[in-house]
Formats: sequence, structure tokens, C-alpha cells
Amino acid sequence: MKLTNIKDPEYFHKVVDCQYACPAHTPVPEYIRMIAAERYDDAYMINWESNVFPGVLGRTCDRPCEPACRRGRVEEEPVAICRLKRVAADNKDDAVIAARMPEIPTQKNGKRIALIGAGPASLTVARDLLPLGYSIDIYDNQIAGGGMMRSQIPSFRLPIEVLDQEVNYILDMGAVTTFNHYVGSLKEILDKGYDAVFVGTGAPRGKDLELPGRAEADASIHIGIDWLSSVAFEHVEKIAKRVIVMGGGNTAMDCCRTSRRLGGEDVRVVVRSPFANMKASPWEKEDAMHEDIPIYDNHVPKEFVVENGEFKGVRFEKVEAVYAEDGSRSLVPTGDDPVLMEADIVLMAIGQENTFPWIERDIGLEFGKWDMPVVDETTFQSTNERVFFGGDSAFGPENVITAVAHGHQAAISIDLMCRGEDVRERPGPGVNLVSQKMGVHEWSYDNAIESDLRYVVPQADKKKTLADRKLEVELGFDRETGFKEAERCLNCDVQTVFEETRCIECDACVDICPTDCITFVAADVEEGVLRTQLTAPAGNLAQDLYVSDVLPTKRSMVKDEDVCLHCGLCAERCPTTAWDMQKFLYSVTKAGQ
Amino acid sequence: MSYINPKFRHPELPVNDLGYTKADYEGSISTLCAGCGHDSISGAIVKAVHELSIEPHKIAKISGIGCSSKTPTYFLGKSHGFNSVHGRMPSVATGASMANRDLTYLAVSGDGDTASIGMGQFVHAIRRNLNMVYIVMNNGCYGLTKGQDSATADAGSASKKGDPNPFAAIDLCGTALQLGAGFVARSFSGDKEQLVPLIKAGISHKGFALIDVISPCVTFNNNVGSTKSYEFVREHSEATGTIDFVPMQQEITAHYQPGTSAEVTMHDGSVIHLHKLAEGLDPFDRASAMNIVEQHRQSGQILTGLIYMEEHSEDLHEALDTVQRPLNQLGPEELCPGRKVLENINESLR
Repeated sequence: MKLTNIKDPEYFHKVVDCQYACPAHTPVPEYIRMIAAERYDDAYMINWESNVFPGVLGRTCDRPCEPACRRGRVEEEPVAICRLKRVAADNKDDAVIAARMPEIPTQKNGKRIALIGAGPASLTVARDLLPLGYSIDIYDNQIAGGGMMRSQIPSFRLPIEVLDQEVNYILDMGAVTTFNHYVGSLKEILDKGYDAVFVGTGAPRGKDLELPGRAEADASIHIGIDWLSSVAFEHVEKIAKRVIVMGGGNTAMDCCRTSRRLGGEDVRVVVRSPFANMKASPWEKEDAMHEDIPIYDNHVPKEFVVENGEFKGVRFEKVEAVYAEDGSRSLVPTGDDPVLMEADIVLMAIGQENTFPWIERDIGLEFGKWDMPVVDETTFQSTNERVFFGGDSAFGPENVITAVAHGHQAAISIDLMCRGEDVRERPGPGVNLVSQKMGVHEWSYDNAIESDLRYVVPQADKKKTLADRKLEVELGFDRETGFKEAERCLNCDVQTVFEETRCIECDACVDICPTDCITFVAADVEEGVLRTQLTAPAGNLAQDLYVSDVLPTKRSMVKDEDVCLHCGLCAERCPTTAWDMQKFLYSVTKAGQ
Repeated sequence: MSYINPKFRHPELPVNDLGYTKADYEGSISTLCAGCGHDSISGAIVKAVHELSIEPHKIAKISGIGCSSKTPTYFLGKSHGFNSVHGRMPSVATGASMANRDLTYLAVSGDGDTASIGMGQFVHAIRRNLNMVYIVMNNGCYGLTKGQDSATADAGSASKKGDPNPFAAIDLCGTALQLGAGFVARSFSGDKEQLVPLIKAGISHKGFALIDVISPCVTFNNNVGSTKSYEFVREHSEATGTIDFVPMQQEITAHYQPGTSAEVTMHDGSVIHLHKLAEGLDPFDRASAMNIVEQHRQSGQILTGLIYMEEHSEDLHEALDTVQRPLNQLGPEELCPGRKVLENINESLR
């Protein structure tokens, strides 16, 4: 097997599982250490640089970092990364943060950029370009910025003040906003002479179901995201008592929980797939069930039942999931009698789609499969070189953190294009690798491994939260619990760096390693073979083997990164400092950096 | 410095026949110097005992004084242990073995503890063929007192900041062979592939088993000029052969070249297989073993591996025809058989 090139920034980046999994590559362990040190402002700013909306994401992120967290592979649950982010946001000093916002040049660079939609993707583009002297015009059909964060995430999950604050950090940098304005023509915008246009209009159309009775029952059926938006903008204040929410994603969870707050008493979620396969995040399902909302899985809707002009409910067919050999799933009817669930109202939360009726098809902007614009996955540029896409509008519905990641990359492209450079010449990441050695056996990070299990985020009293749709359910960690949870982090960014020329092959690291990561073995075999020759099973192929150059005994040091605790014991027990613990800071380069 | 070993272990650690993982055989975190060879020997003991599936409470660790004799704290944390007086480990082991013959006696000593203050004890434990594994963690110096030469330091070897040693070394393997030891081996802390099967074979051997393990003192005796440094030992060691240990009830799967190999069934039914044997060595012939040890000594090479093994040796319990059961399992009637028996004994002496 080839020796590992640790000079390639992606090698160590991959070891920091959480950061690697984060679409915006937020340096998670770095900010968690700062929370532990009560440096909340610093922790917040690290987040803000990477993901722009720490307060919002600390409450609502889909958290791809957590399933990736190494802690989840050595004990039961990962670090509560998402809720720690909120600790930073909750405890920051607003005045300090305001003072640390980037300076906006008074002398503009003469380039004008239009952003269509004021959601997370567009706001990220604005955040990255305004400090560089760009003039930014934002157009949105809502009354304020934030996009789906404002219209679709209920206030009991995301208080409006938290959203306003983080949206305003960006708008206050001098973006010119045109709200309550639906852009009906891209051509019109392009004709205004903008140097670039960024489209961040999301996936605004909720899917519908054409079933028998759909037209007759129309008055009793709402599209989930539209309904949530009506609630958010206070056009809707109550709902009937019996509500069926169809769908198994997070929007369905938001619909059912909002229904409970607007007067719904018999609120139920009905989903086609088995419970375990639902798209909603596990914690959102738990929260819904905690609010006495039953989830009926394996029920396929067949008919909206209307009798004598009156809506009665929905008829479902019971199914079970059958898996073919190739793993593909089909839902096969069980043969049981159809089930009629009576209801007053149905909320449809079965998915969202993109729709671009406002983009002319004759402006050099090519559309491809499913009537989606053709967008480059790296540059986010469309076939019209002045038009860029990001967020849900680029490749379909994802989430806030992905939209932010798109926004950063689109901003780089726009900046490169406006400076007359090649948008394909992407800047490399910022990388820093520094020894943490403080003394013979002392490190500048807390290398002791805490055994604490994951802490539970406290919630407000159910009676109170169900009575007030704006009352936030989760209370967040207090500082003390936040510290304890932060201490669960394994500091995976503090890398075990091996210097083969110093090694005397005494085996001390092999003996001390609590998780048997290290083996000295001849590595001149293929990776698959090598994996079977290590001290402990190395079956997690997603995790790399760190292979050193050949040592005097013709063996190499081979370290399986999989369950390394980053405890530093290998380096502490190394008599020749062949092992060192070095902090690896990886940052995605932003526009203009 | 970390004094706490993290609780987490590899989630897929293999389990032995008893359902235990290697972690169940670990001890406290070591306080020896970083890179000390002794820690590797501790690691080898953990691995060997785990793989032999010995219940931890069936082992007694006995040691004397010195860096080596501290190590029982760092392995087999759930076994019995007795850290005795300097050089007196064999006496304590003898007493323990006499009282409870069912335990496996795993003794750890150092070169000072064995070849100087404990020499008298060492030789008599061999002579009596006490059923124990006697591991010498041999670094050629007194590490605890800053590295003075010990009796096993080779003539001419110099420790860190020390003068070349004017005296000839005591060769513990040679001594043991001469005294009639039934199992004599030498190994190197940096070679677990050899050391682990040797420890297993030593445990399976009935009677006294000496394993002299060269274990570099990384702080005081790992310098140029020392004959017990990692580098010197790697460059100058030569193995008697390769040893494979196959526990009882396990199928022998390896294939060996005829002519250069030998196979022995131990008294507990496990098998050791020696192959690629050094030329001229018959590991079952004491004279041959003594000869090869002497040859290597003269040429300045370090001979490692299994040097000698007696297939059928009579241990102390057999020699004294002691009671078959441990004393703590005997009832009052056996321990105090009464006046009648005493009278019989007295009568027999008249």
C-alpha cells in the first residue's frame, strides 16, 4: 500500500469527521474547544465565518456532522454538535459580535450583483461579497429576509429574534433590499445591467397528490409549506380539530406540531414508508410524538373521501416494505381492508419541487432533466455565464447548511468572474498544522477522554409550548451542561503526526493505544490485505489507513484512523517524539481571500 | 502526563474462549519511562494470557523490586499479585505455589533483582523446578537508581554517561541451563511475534520456565556503546528458530519444511512447533543448547527464541509428592486428621 501523503490537506481533513461531513466544512472541534473555554464570541465567529447562521443552525440544522462524529463509533451517541453551536450563539456578547463584523468599504468596486431570493444561499453570497466592495441588490417576495428559514421553520423551533439578528448582520452590511417583490422575469433583471445574477429562490412548490376526490375536497386540503408560510406571516391563526398530515419529512413534523398549537387535537402523521425509513430527522420525530402526535407508517393514501359535498377523511391502503435482493424497496399491499381516517383538514407535506416559470427560455440559460437549469456543481454557474444558482434552486431541495456552502462557492465564482479570472481556478483551502506540545507530557488541548454520555437538551413545559406557537420548545444547554457536552469532543482535529526518521520501533505506542489503532507491519501489500493484518479489525473502509515510510526493520507504521481517540497517549509514550499531536485547522477559502 | 487510560476500547475487539477481550486483561496505566521495553513485555503478557483464555483470577503475579517488578501493576489488573522484597520473589512464589498449586505463577523480575541480590533465590527456584514462569526484564542496568551497570551488563558495554563495564556478564540462560532448568528461552521486548508464543509456551510448560527478555532502558541504556539498546539488539540478535504455539483443541494449520522443524506436545495438550531451527541446535538436548549459547556469547551475538525444553519434567509438587488439592480446599478432617493419625506417625518414628 502506498505511503500516506499527509501534506495533502484532504488527508487530515477527512480525519476530522464532523468537519468533513459538514457541507460548509465548519471547523467543529475548534469551536467546541472555545465553548469549553467559555470563549463564546470566538466560537460564534468561527461558526459565522463558515456557516453564517450559527443561531439558526444551532437550532435547526440537519446536522450531517453528528452521524459522522467519531464519538458515535466508540460509544453510543455522537457529540451534540448542533446544540453546542447554539450555546455559542446564546452566550455571545452582541456588542462584541457587532464590532467583529467585517468592515464594508465605502468606496465600492463598481460591480453590481443581483440576488433573487433572500434565503440562506443568497444571504451567504451577500455576506461574502459586500466586504469586497460589491454593490448588492436583493429581491424577495416575502416581507423580510430569511427565505424558508422565515416562512417554513416554525417559531417554536426558531424564534424570530434569532433569525432577524443573523439576517440583519448581513443586510446591515449595506445590501439594498427589495422585499414584497416577486421577480417575474430574469431577463428584466439581466437587462438592468448587473454584472452577475445569483438565483437563490429555493424549491418553493409543495407537491400535491392527484387522487380521487382531490378536487371535491380542495377546500379541506392545504399544501404544507404554503400553510406553514401562512402561519408564519400570520394569515392563518387556527386549524380544525382533526388534522391528517401526509408525509414523513421534517416539513410534515413542522406541520403537525404547528397544528397542535393552532387548535388541532386529533393530529396524526400518516406516511407511506416504514417508520425507520422516514425522511424526518429522528429527533424531530421524537419531538412530534412527545406532543402526542401518533405516526401511522405503511399507509398509502388512496382517496379523499367526500360525502354529500362534505369532506370526511382519507382512505388508506396498508402496505409493508419488501426489499429485493439489490436492496430496492417496494411497498406491497398487505391485503387488509382499507382504512378510513376521518379528518377535517389534510396537510400535504410530501415533498417540494423547483419551479422556474419566471426564467425565460431564450436567454442562453439551458434547462436539463426535470426542467432544472443546467448548473455546474463546482462553480454554480449556469450556461449563461452571468447567472449563478445556489441553495435548493440549484440541484433541488437540500437544507440550510448546504445552501450556505453553495453560497460561499457561488460568491467565489462571481468574484473571479468579475475580476476577469477563470471561475474554474478554485482557491485551495487554508491549512495550518501546529504542534500542541507544551512540555514533556503536556498538550495545549485537553487530551483526557471524558466518559460522559450525551446530555439531553432540556425542553420547556409541554402545556405552555402547545398553547403558544411562538414559545421555543428547546431551552438549549446552560453553560455548565454546555461545558460538559463540549468535553465529550475527542478533538479529532488534533492529529497524530508520525515522523518515521525518529522512530526506534520500541512499540510503546502500540502497547498504550487504548483502541488498538497502531500496528507495525510490512505494508507492501494491497490495502485490503493490510487491513486484515492489523492489531484490531479495520473493517470501516470509509476510514483511511495512515501508512508511514518503511522503517529499519522493513516494517511501516500503519494506523487505522477509524476509532482513534486523539488522546495523545501514543505521543506521550513515545520516547523520541516520533509521534506528535498537531492541531490541523482547515478552512474553506472564501471569495477574495 | 496522562494518568488515566481512556475507558473506550476498539468496539470490535476479539473475544477469547471465555468471552473476554484483551481489555479485560489490562492493568493500570504505566508510570515507567516512555518507550521502556518493560511496557512492551507487559503488552505481550496481556496478549498471551488473553489468547490462552486463562481466567484472570487463576493467575498470581509475583515480583521483587525494581522497574521490572513494578510492571505487574500494568497488566492483568484482575489477577492476584504480590510485590515482594528485593530479590526474594522466588521464596514468595515457592510459598504461594506450595499453598495453592492450581494457580498459574507468573513471576517478573529484573536483572538486578535476579542476577545480584536475588541470585541465591533464583538458582534454588530453578533447582527445585518450581512450576512457574520466571520472566526477567533484562536491561543491563539499575534504571530506578539512574542506570548503574547490573550483573548482566556485557563486558565493554557502556550505559549513558557511564564507563565501559569491566566485568563479564552473568548469562542467565546459561546459568539456568547449567542448573537444570526445564524451559529456557531468551527474547527481545521489541519482538512480540516471538515473545508472545514463548510466554504461552512457558505458561503451558510444567515446571520452571525462564524467559530472559532483553528490554532496553530507554532512559539510561539505549545509547551508542550499549549492548542492550534497541538498535544493538536488533542488529545483533539471531533467533534459534521460529516458534508457533497452538493451544489445545485447536487444529494445526501451518505447514512446515521437514528437517528444520520440531513439534512438541505440552502436558496440557497444546502443541509448540519450532521451525527454521538454527543449525546445530537440538532444543531438546541440554548439551546442544549449552553449546549454542556459548557459541553466541563468544561471537557477541544475542541468541533469542526457545533455547531448551525438557518434554517431561518433574516439578516440585511431584518431587515432594504433595497433596493434589490447594490447601484452601482441604477440610478440617484432612488438615487436622486427629490423634489416631498422629499416634501412627509417632509410632512409625520410634
